[in-house]
Amino acid sequence: MDKVITTPLVKEIAEKLTAGEQVYITGTIYSARDAAHKRMYEAIARGEDPPFPIKNSIIYYMGPSPARPEQVIGSAGPTTAGRMDKYTPVLLDMGLMGMIGKGTRSIEVIEAMKRNGAVYFAAPPGAGALLSKCIKKARVIAYDDLGTEAVHELYVEGFPAVVAIDAKGNNLYAQIG
Amino acid sequence: MRSITVDTIIENVKEMCIEANYRLSSDMETGIRSACDRENSTVGRHVLEQLVENLDIAEKEMIPICQDTGMTVVFVTIGQEVHIEGGSLEEAINEGIRRGYREGYLRKSVVSDPLIRENTRDNTPGIIHYNIVPGDRFEITIAPKGFGSENMSRIYMLKPADDEEGVKQAVLETVKSAGPNACPPMVVGVGIGGSFEKCALLAKYALTRDINIRSDKPHIRRLEEELLAAINSLGIGPAGLGGVITALAVNIETYPTHIAGLPVAVNIGCHVNRHVTRSI
Ligand code: SF4
Repeated sequence: MDKVITTPLVKEIAEKLTAGEQVYITGTIYSARDAAHKRMYEAIARGEDPPFPIKNSIIYYMGPSPARPEQVIGSAGPTTAGRMDKYTPVLLDMGLMGMIGKGTRSIEVIEAMKRNGAVYFAAPPGAGALLSKCIKKARVIAYDDLGTEAVHELYVEGFPAVVAIDAKGNNLYAQIG
Repeated sequence: MRSITVDTIIENVKEMCIEANYRLSSDMETGIRSACDRENSTVGRHVLEQLVENLDIAEKEMIPICQDTGMTVVFVTIGQEVHIEGGSLEEAINEGIRRGYREGYLRKSVVSDPLIRENTRDNTPGIIHYNIVPGDRFEITIAPKGFGSENMSRIYMLKPADDEEGVKQAVLETVKSAGPNACPPMVVGVGIGGSFEKCALLAKYALTRDINIRSDKPHIRRLEEELLAAINSLGIGPAGLGGVITALAVNIETYPTHIAGLPVAVNIGCHVNRHVTRSI
């Protein structure tokens, strides 16, 4: 049976997910990759508010290709999550509940996930055309000047992902590699 | 002497950038489709089915196969008797890239300085390799390269004593550490021999070869086959989520080298291994 996850994602739900489970995500999520993470991290360090509520949110590591006039968004698949590791524990300690990307995470990130009951999902990599069909609304909400790396608010429906690392620290990638 | 105008080159490069990002070559497409039947992990098969569906959607609805539409790698084979008319060949290729990425709704992923990191906003410059040959041929290959897989590539300066076993270890170590980051199923491009930079170039070029065509050198062909089998028994699988289809092919190119060295470069290509070639 298909398991549906809705946002905002609360700890009680996130904690129950187990590595290897296939889920479908519905609700609002936020895109951010390298440059946006760096800016958010620096803003938080200065005591400023991040561009979207971190608590109970899901961040999607993704920078889309440009949309054609009739499209909501262009190709929109996951990028390598490990590049965001440096910035992630701070966000998790602020209540970030989910992340979507590809590839494994650092020990520091996994420890912060365990501490906060958060979960990391893997979306099918290099399937940006398929995944774009699950994105029903998209708008840039911050760092417009970063182009593809700007923060987008996305409304997704039935977005397919696999629980790659769960809140207990079980890591699907580590079981394989 | 044969003349080719820069306008012809611009137009062709533009079209090829677009074509490469919306449709894979038939060997890659068939390779991914047939992998579905050979994969025995449930998660792995599900991923492969998603990749097949992704290819169908990309072509039908004109959405790039992957959002990382790459840095544009260009191989140009130019005959000595060809004359380029109307401007600079290099500028024409970059203009073709500029137009292709704009008109094709492709992502601009190039920064002008590797440390200052300001986006050039038109995906230029491309990375252009020229090969000058006798005659009046003019051939261009456009191979947009995503960096999820590029970042996982490696160079090894092995010793002659390391031998074939050392080469195998280098390739397997690179593939293992690439894992899910390189968006498997991968195509593994390997360059053996030459010098530090030559083997890297060979590895890159190897990725443009049809995945069903093996090396014409018997010992290299055997090495390609043995490595593919070894890689597929690592268990990494599609998306790195487990399975037997970790790579679709290992393509090896070789070149003479120095008595003291055995350079090996491993360039990891992802399942969106894009390349389009045209003769003009
Ligand atoms: S490695 Fe390839 S498939 Fe993966 S995101 Fe980059 S271009 Fe796309």
